[in-house]
Amino acid sequence: MTQIRPINLEGKLIWLLFVAVLLLAPQFFTSNFSLAIISQIGIVIISCLSFNLLLGEGGLLSFGHAVYTGMGGYFAIHALNAWGKTDYFVPVTLLPLLGGIGSLALAFLLGFVSTRKSGTTFAMITLGTSELIASMALMFSDFFGGEAGLSGNRVTGHSFFGITYGSQLQVYYLIATYCFACVALIYFFTKTPLGKLLNAVRDNPVRVEFLGYNTAHIRWITFTVSGFFAGVAGGLSAINFELVNSEVVGPVRSGAYILFTYLGGINVFFGPIIGASLLVLTYNLFSKLTKAWLLYLGLIFFMSVLHLPGGIAGVIVDNTNLMRKVFQLSRLGSLEGRLVLRRFYGLWLHYLLLLLSLIPLVMSLSLIIEMLYQLQLTDDISFDMVFAGLQINPTDPYVWLLGATGGLISYAVFHLIKRSTSTCSSELSELIKDNLRQTASSAEQTTLGVNL
Amino acid sequence: MEFYVISLLNGLSYGLLLFMLSAGLTLIFSMMGVLNFAHASFYMLGAYAGFAISQYVGFWPALLIAPVLMGLLGALFERYALRKVYSGGHVPELLLTFGLSYLVLEIVQIIWGRSTVAFTPPLELQGPFVTLVSDQAHHIQWIWRWEGTDLLNSLCKLNAAETVSVSNSATDTVQCTPFPINRFFIMLTAVLMVILLWIILTYTRLGLIIKAALSYPHMVEALGHDVPSVLMLVFGIGTALAGLAGVIGGSTFITEPAMAETVGSVIFVVVVVGGIGSLIGSFLASLLIGIIQTYAVSIDTTLLNVFANLGINLSASLSHSSIFNLSISQIAPMLPYLLLVLILIFRPSGLLGAK
Repeated sequence: MTQIRPINLEGKLIWLLFVAVLLLAPQFFTSNFSLAIISQIGIVIISCLSFNLLLGEGGLLSFGHAVYTGMGGYFAIHALNAWGKTDYFVPVTLLPLLGGIGSLALAFLLGFVSTRKSGTTFAMITLGTSELIASMALMFSDFFGGEAGLSGNRVTGHSFFGITYGSQLQVYYLIATYCFACVALIYFFTKTPLGKLLNAVRDNPVRVEFLGYNTAHIRWITFTVSGFFAGVAGGLSAINFELVNSEVVGPVRSGAYILFTYLGGINVFFGPIIGASLLVLTYNLFSKLTKAWLLYLGLIFFMSVLHLPGGIAGVIVDNTNLMRKVFQLSRLGSLEGRLVLRRFYGLWLHYLLLLLSLIPLVMSLSLIIEMLYQLQLTDDISFDMVFAGLQINPTDPYVWLLGATGGLISYAVFHLIKRSTSTCSSELSELIKDNLRQTASSAEQTTLGVNL
Repeated sequence: MEFYVISLLNGLSYGLLLFMLSAGLTLIFSMMGVLNFAHASFYMLGAYAGFAISQYVGFWPALLIAPVLMGLLGALFERYALRKVYSGGHVPELLLTFGLSYLVLEIVQIIWGRSTVAFTPPLELQGPFVTLVSDQAHHIQWIWRWEGTDLLNSLCKLNAAETVSVSNSATDTVQCTPFPINRFFIMLTAVLMVILLWIILTYTRLGLIIKAALSYPHMVEALGHDVPSVLMLVFGIGTALAGLAGVIGGSTFITEPAMAETVGSVIFVVVVVGGIGSLIGSFLASLLIGIIQTYAVSIDTTLLNVFANLGINLSASLSHSSIFNLSISQIAPMLPYLLLVLILIFRPSGLLGAK
């Protein structure tokens, strides 16, 4: 018997919006540079989502995800070059799938040794296998192309309905198509019984074993599926850059997937999409802005693990849920409802203050960091540097004094506001809980009355 | 012959250095269940701290102060960061220590720059500990450090000049292969450390509490012991050991920002190969990997020659492929990871791991 479910309008709307953004983005980002950026974002979204299939859905922290994205790229570029020499029709459009299948096979093989255990052991083994591939990449120049890497030409063979991938725009639409397909497929994977079992393996493996499932097999299958999507992303990036070098399988790339997927949020499906956008923007824009970007990145990640375990998406989802509850209560029009609403606005005021107090804190901290970097790592003869539009000499003790006192004072202010924000937030959630309980119990009474 | 002996000694000393690191890692892991991804970062920080401190007070005090400092830093990290994420399971702990490794790398580069620093061992730790002198009849004579340099000079230094001038007639000359004393010092420190650790864990009241806190934390807490502080202490001891290894390793080999990464993944391999949580297993695995790597980097022959010596003739296409023309020393960096994969296939619990 089929079950009739109400149409989830909100869900449909989000997917439509996603398609619209993918289709219309080139209209707004017309320059070559921004087109290159959105193409990269499309690719990295697939990488991060496939990574989060392991970390978020399965609780498996892989230190070697770049192996599968990178090897997908190598498979694709080898296929491209091999086909380019022949007279056959070259389906460049299907190359990412080939990269995906290659990585799927590799993930199937390496998954056999790495997915028998979960948690810490899994993490250590993926680190080892990733180092194995990374060190092989520097040795076997036949396959990996040595220091220079391998390059290819994506404009090969006959054009197919005018699609030659000569222009970046055509490549973007190829990426956008794959991006949408992969996001949708990964989403549906998480909704399948296998996806649900995967969550169960993450949360309570002993119980899943007890129900008769083999947890190692579930991990292995997920690892293979994740490898496939990673390989698709790698194949796309091979077409996009027309170059694959040994860096793409390296530990630095794997580390970036971990950092940004976590920052985006691993418990919410769209979290890695935010993380992927941040990754590309950070590597292309922020890294040009300051030499200390890795330190900032490390600090933000460290603080995020400590204080915001849900990442950016977690913050968004928590506050939307809160807002939904608040408006539901305030619609009742009762006195308590209005009180909740007022508290809610108070909370937002606190958020605003928190953000404002963060500005001087970040400013003085980054002033100190920038001065340290300038003193230690600059190649210039004079130490002078520009910070926030001002000419600054980092050997000047008064600037240091300013940075230190500014940092301390703004930290104290930030700390006070943070404490009052958390009391405000917990008071609000207490109030909502009380009110919801009251409305629930009164609703129960009315139904009871009808029954009598 | 002397090549094998010296390589064995070098391999042992490198293996024991790896063991100093993996012992701290295993200690923390088996007591707290936390895999400290930043363990090699404490090793690097220890080397740099040792370098900085030795500029002021000399090497020997630095050998003591730097590990203590690393222990304090580790304890502080456990107290103010790691403790807050215990409730979230093992993945947040791993992520936090992973983030710490990023931070330490950047901070080291801010303070000491991106190139290597000249961290040289003191005079007492320079020069050979023992020199193997072999004459043309392959008769080997061991000349120890305490036998004085005069004897060594009379045997080797003179001949060293001769070997250079008439290098082809090497059969007439004496070959001298030194084993440096700082490598011997690594062995000595590691062995002393193991004995000390074993005594502390087995015979002292503190060791008893640590082991009890591992098995029955609530009961130990009910008996009036502060279990969180015990865990902090364990973490501190682990990072102090890494710091100690850092001072010795940094002065023996090289002190540079990449040193954490080169040794970091190898000690994870050691821990997995030895069997996760097993101290004796990681001891065996450290020695195994140390010796394999040391022998591998000094063998110049290619796989092609190996097969040829075994009497196997490869086809022309195979003998031209890059895989078979790589020398053993070139594939040496890959060997620990290859060993890891082989162990995982044939003995997933490691050499001495519990089933």
